[in-house]
Amino acid sequence: MSLPEPPIAVLAELTHRCPLQCPYCSNPLELERAAGELETEDWLRAIEETAELGVLQIHFSGGEPTVRRDLETLVAAAARAGLYGNLITSAVLLTEARVEALADAGLDHVQISFQDSEAGSADRIGGYGGGHEKKLAAARWVRATGLPLTLNAVVHRQNLQRLPQMFELAMELDAHRIEIAHVQYYGWAYENRAALLPTRAQLEESVAVIEAAAKTYPGLAIDYVVPDYYARRPKACMGGWGQRFFNITPSGRVLPCHAAETITGLRFDNLRDKSLREIWTSSEAFQRFRGVEWMPEPCRSCERREVDWGGCRCQAFAITGDAAKTDPACELSPHHAVMAELAAAETAEAPPDFRYRRYANAPETAKLTRPPAATGAERTTTLD
Amino acid sequence: MKERVVITAASVPSLPRGVKLRFDKARDIWVLLGPERIFNPDPIALEILKRCDGTASVTAIVDDLAATFQADREVIERDVTALLQDLADKGIMAG
Repeated sequence: MSLPEPPIAVLAELTHRCPLQCPYCSNPLELERAAGELETEDWLRAIEETAELGVLQIHFSGGEPTVRRDLETLVAAAARAGLYGNLITSAVLLTEARVEALADAGLDHVQISFQDSEAGSADRIGGYGGGHEKKLAAARWVRATGLPLTLNAVVHRQNLQRLPQMFELAMELDAHRIEIAHVQYYGWAYENRAALLPTRAQLEESVAVIEAAAKTYPGLAIDYVVPDYYARRPKACMGGWGQRFFNITPSGRVLPCHAAETITGLRFDNLRDKSLREIWTSSEAFQRFRGVEWMPEPCRSCERREVDWGGCRCQAFAITGDAAKTDPACELSPHHAVMAELAAAETAEAPPDFRYRRYANAPETAKLTRPPAATGAERTTTLD
Repeated sequence: MKERVVITAASVPSLPRGVKLRFDKARDIWVLLGPERIFNPDPIALEILKRCDGTASVTAIVDDLAATFQADREVIERDVTALLQDLADKGIMAG
């Protein structure tokens, strides 16, 4: 078997601790405790190995990455290694001095999530009072350093009506880029799908808003992540499993995508035990769905098999119970109708209350399906 | 709304904060890295980008390229200005 191409980007999930409780969080239901997190030395080695492997961009994320006091050290190490350093943050813990320190350490770009365009709704969705105001202040400190800013707007049933105001906010904050990211329904978002999935009418309106904004704001880079439940063809998830991207969890497990642990039965290697090169080139989890060999019909003979790579493995698992099936977002999947039926049924009802993302709120089944963290006893953190 | 950067002969182009030009050893190519963007400059664009150091004006860059490659200065000036304007409009060139 030939060696895989080098990866382009890594998502470094430094921690799962976060003051926010967004009900669509992309972290797993079973959140890692602080005691299980990698040490600074582990991350420094991972950053070096990452650059050696050919990665060009490192996204420092979480949880909330700024809870790690060694963030500046890691940012500086990434810059020394030639990596393009991006900070993906809720921004509510940032101070002006910290933003300046991160910029001085060699950070290249900051991406701040906004839960809505108005404080009341934003703070309710994020489950953190006063958060929106703090984000506004932090965004201005970022721009004052000269760093480019992305406004990351996670959109769903309960905030899509204010999409035009999201664009206005991006302009007001002098953002270079806006990411309109429809919630992707894995993990916490899957649990909260009935509260978050937009109606078809909302979706169609949002497409019109985005097309208009692209004309109104030519200087603003716009990236749009579409919701799978109304798609006809699947997304090229991660640019193909194990082809461009990997994710490092707070405790050092290396995943082909941040949601890969939702697939039960896959075993993931830890960078404490193996080099990143070894994991990327030959680990079982990366090889399992790499390329086109694993594909069933209708993917195997599909002319788009190297365009969308069969879509998303996590979604196939979530909807059909088998990660090796065609992504049901594809209209050629025998399970395609299930997604439309789920969407129609759930959006016909009033949205239920959120199950907020916090350690204590994981469903019992999730707590049982995964072994405890490899190192140390669990302890409660101040951010729990 | 930011003012559009207009590239002229007197402009002194430079890569803005958050944009990096570097050699990619793993793939043996030069890459221009920006926010969530990776560009693979062609050989001509690369020669131009390498000269955008924040001290040389467009005029100086064009003179240098015309001398180095013994090519028609007018053609080069047109190409350089067009490339830099395109990059400036994408927010990845300051001038």
